[in-house]
Amino acid sequence: MDHITFLVAVVIVTALAFDFTNGFHDTANAMATSIATGALKPRTAVLISGVLNIAGAFLSTEVAKTISGGIVDDAQVTPVMIFAGLVGAILWNLLTWLVGLPSSSSHALFGGLIGAVWVGAGSHAVHFDKVVDKVLIPAVASPVVAGVAALAATYLAYRLTARARRDAVTKGFRLGQVASASLVSLAHGTNDAQKTMGVITLTLISAGALGQDAGPPVWVIASAGLAIGLGTYLGGWRIIRTMGKGLTEIHSPQGFAAETASTAVILTSAHLGFALSTTQVASGSILGAGLGRRLAEVRWGVAGRMALAWLITLPAAALVGGLAASVVKHGGNVGTVVIALVALALAATIFALSRRNPVRAGNVNDHHEVTVRHPAPAHAGPAA
Amino acid sequence: MHVDWSALGQVAAVSLGVTLAVVVVFTLGVLGLSRAEGSGTGGSAVGRAQAALCFLACAAVVGYGIWLIVPQFH
Repeated sequence: MDHITFLVAVVIVTALAFDFTNGFHDTANAMATSIATGALKPRTAVLISGVLNIAGAFLSTEVAKTISGGIVDDAQVTPVMIFAGLVGAILWNLLTWLVGLPSSSSHALFGGLIGAVWVGAGSHAVHFDKVVDKVLIPAVASPVVAGVAALAATYLAYRLTARARRDAVTKGFRLGQVASASLVSLAHGTNDAQKTMGVITLTLISAGALGQDAGPPVWVIASAGLAIGLGTYLGGWRIIRTMGKGLTEIHSPQGFAAETASTAVILTSAHLGFALSTTQVASGSILGAGLGRRLAEVRWGVAGRMALAWLITLPAAALVGGLAASVVKHGGNVGTVVIALVALALAATIFALSRRNPVRAGNVNDHHEVTVRHPAPAHAGPAA
Repeated sequence: MHVDWSALGQVAAVSLGVTLAVVVVFTLGVLGLSRAEGSGTGGSAVGRAQAALCFLACAAVVGYGIWLIVPQFH
């Protein structure tokens, strides 16, 4: 363990912090529809999701290997660049959480890394063809596929149950939702916890603590699983509200269809080694499920804002990552400390802003909008 | 640049097929349940059998999904 310097330790802590934000950013993917339809109580939902995330992290390390050996040139990456990239990803994740937008944590991570490596080592160290092949194309294709599948499935489910008794149907699909949402959580754990494992492994390789092409050690798997599980349990209620209530009003057959479509897309692509974004798949499914029920209202304004967030996630995180990398490059250790402090201050500010109009387990289903403004005076409590 | 269109197509086709199959079979199961609760003794047994069969099929797909997630099983 003599390879693990102070800097490497800082990077590992930052990576786990990112993993934690990834967890609470993405709870919504698996659980938003179950919470919105009442299939699961909010607290129960995040507990199940958190536990399954940790379980999922231990199950597979296939994607962890494609991240560290894929989009950037491992040999030219230094821990400093990884640190800068992670800072970019964390800040973007927190900002989108504040406004309740379900953007992709994976794209934030990739963006941050690409920006930092580009500034730190030059554009030749970024494998742009791999970025297109492994990241951008699945990002465009996967939500469309999930949306179409969920749309068709929702339509069929409503057609088939048109004459059945409403209460029996609702109850049946709620039970189904619990199973499908659990599978999404498990798949999310294997997918997203692996990204952090990949990053930490990449750091250890670049510091010489692990050989080239090594897999993640057990302690990396365990800590990454725990970080994402804890984040998930904390629950990103702002994003859960947008996905469960904001896009469209979800009923239990739609929720089941959406979650089944998400699971199918995530599992088949993970099986083929695509590092896709769970967030985009789940959002695509929910949108499709909203369209599949006749006369169901889809709030296109929310969907549009979300699509915009997807488009700018990678470049925005890349910009922050690149900026952080250039400060660290010219400022050395002092630069690293400065960036860490600035990032902490920004994170604290975002958290403080979120307290103005907090969304919690208790009020997640009350509205369909997430705002940063103070609530109307009539409803403002002394603790808000 | 190499884009693996066949793999993407595979993902799309398999996802669509599996989603539709699972949702339709599960819906038939729910219909069976609804029938079992709503009608007399004759319909109740048939409905229950239909529900059990359909949910069993869905459980099998979930099992296969878990098998896919865990590489140790392969």
